[in-house]
Amino acid sequence: MAVIGEEAGGTPAVRGPDGPAVVEVSGLRMRYGSKDVLNGVDFRIDRGEVLTLLGPNGAGKTTIIEILEGFRARSAGEVRVLGADPISGGEAWRARIGVVLQSWRDHSKWRVRDLLELFAGHYAPYSSPERPRPRDVDELLELVGLTEHAGAKLGSLSGGQRRRVDVAVGIVGRPELLFLDEPTAGFDPQARRDFHDLVHALADEEDTTILLTTHDLDEAEKLADRILMLADGRIVADGSPEALARELGSDAEVRWRVGGERFVHSTPDGTGFVRGLFEQHGEDVTDLEVRRAGLEEVYMDLVRRYESGGPAAGAEEEAR
Amino acid sequence: MSGTTDRAHLVRLSIRRGRIETRGSFTDPMELFGSVMMIGIFLVVLFFQRGGEVEGTGVDTAAASLPGVIGMMVVFTGVLSTAAALSLDREDGTLLRAKALPGGMAVYLGGKIVFMVVLIGATVLLLLVPGMLLYDGTAAGVARGWPVLLGVLLLGIAATVPLGAALGSLFENPRLVNGVGMFPVMGLTAISGVFYPVTALPEWVQAIAQVFPIYWMALGMRAALLPDAMLAVEVGESWRTLETVGVLGAWAVLGMVLAPVLLRRMARRVSGAKVEAARQKAMQRV
Repeated sequence: MAVIGEEAGGTPAVRGPDGPAVVEVSGLRMRYGSKDVLNGVDFRIDRGEVLTLLGPNGAGKTTIIEILEGFRARSAGEVRVLGADPISGGEAWRARIGVVLQSWRDHSKWRVRDLLELFAGHYAPYSSPERPRPRDVDELLELVGLTEHAGAKLGSLSGGQRRRVDVAVGIVGRPELLFLDEPTAGFDPQARRDFHDLVHALADEEDTTILLTTHDLDEAEKLADRILMLADGRIVADGSPEALARELGSDAEVRWRVGGERFVHSTPDGTGFVRGLFEQHGEDVTDLEVRRAGLEEVYMDLVRRYESGGPAAGAEEEAR
Repeated sequence: MSGTTDRAHLVRLSIRRGRIETRGSFTDPMELFGSVMMIGIFLVVLFFQRGGEVEGTGVDTAAASLPGVIGMMVVFTGVLSTAAALSLDREDGTLLRAKALPGGMAVYLGGKIVFMVVLIGATVLLLLVPGMLLYDGTAAGVARGWPVLLGVLLLGIAATVPLGAALGSLFENPRLVNGVGMFPVMGLTAISGVFYPVTALPEWVQAIAQVFPIYWMALGMRAALLPDAMLAVEVGESWRTLETVGVLGAWAVLGMVLAPVLLRRMARRVSGAKVEAARQKAMQRV
């Protein structure tokens, strides 16, 4: 157990897998009518971690995040978020959480600054020395790149600019835990990169725990300390992007040429195979290529397996 | 943090929220036009009635009709606008945002009440001030009866805004509020003695009208602004002040009991997935 200090309340602040989890979920089930959307989901998120929920549409990502946010009652299972059951979290609990919502046309007649200043006001009673709340609105505008649009009405903003407002609203209270559901939908590449930088800064500099959903693999790989792959209402893989690619990845594909003839061979141990190849053929081996299946192939493979209804029971243990 | 400073903070935020909402609404040309148009139509219609005299009373016809119109507009705005606003805010995600903030729901509702009070106040002034200038006798009525007018107005707000909030929380589709809600309100207006004396109608129709707030708001406004010479056409030839307070008070209590229950139920059901579904539906409509 790694104790890194004492918080003002006197309870030791603990980090690492042995400490109190920021989010702890076990046996989570959700059923709409006769349809099971979540069939027993278990996971935990530790302080400062950036966790990505990855999965195809309809896999249950949004349902999980809404249950954790306290917006939706679960059918069964244990859920603790920052030590409380989200469905009865209360206002002080709410103040420690940030939610980036998918905005549409709400508050369209409001000016950006008015909205952020009013929302900032909601957090003022919950300030503490280690987490001063709310964030300064000018700094916040700068942080999300909306300084020039501070006086604009929300209804006049572009889709990408509105998403920046959504992000600003999510972090105005300097949350300990931040939920982001499909955060970069509608972002251009530059905005996407800015956003990724912001997520890293929140995690590194403010020790914010972040849970985000996406179906964009590239984004999951860039942002996540850990990825949970969700398919068919179940977690089918859990690990760092590298570990997932390595452990779930199918065989490495080795291509080479000997004496003008082309060869292709699939093997779980690419390095070992190549060693054998050189021992056998020495300098006759040319055009050598070793490719390991990336996360994308793993993901597509999982999605295909689940969509075709086939079991992938092995994947869960493998990924651990 | 103690409970009182907490509440004071929420009240301050509510007033701020109401102020921002009011400014946004009053500076939006479309919304402003929608609010002002109906008021303008009534003022013009009454303007062409002026100069006539209600038989045997010496009261100008326009001045005699104006109080009923004011009472009716208070109910329209208090019930229908509140219901439509709530339903719309649920659909477009405004409520969801409120739900994601600490104290957000309380401030949302507080802000909405502030906004509705300002909106109703503005509606009354927009009818009353031109009325004082254009119709003979209205100014004198205001000078004489303004305390009663203020009392009836406050009672009317209490009777209609919570009721509108309760109704609005029942409608998932904001377009239904105006579509479905308009008919009963129009029907009730027709029998509530706004444009002609209720005593001209069969007694069973009078009985129905006297259950609902429109009749009593119109009567209350007439009681405030018209001379007793106009009593001849009222039920029982009386302003029936006690009954007015009783019925409007009962609606206020009903609204204040129902609204929190229904609003909590609505708030519980608000979720991002619902907002997203509404957005998809709206996009198909366009």
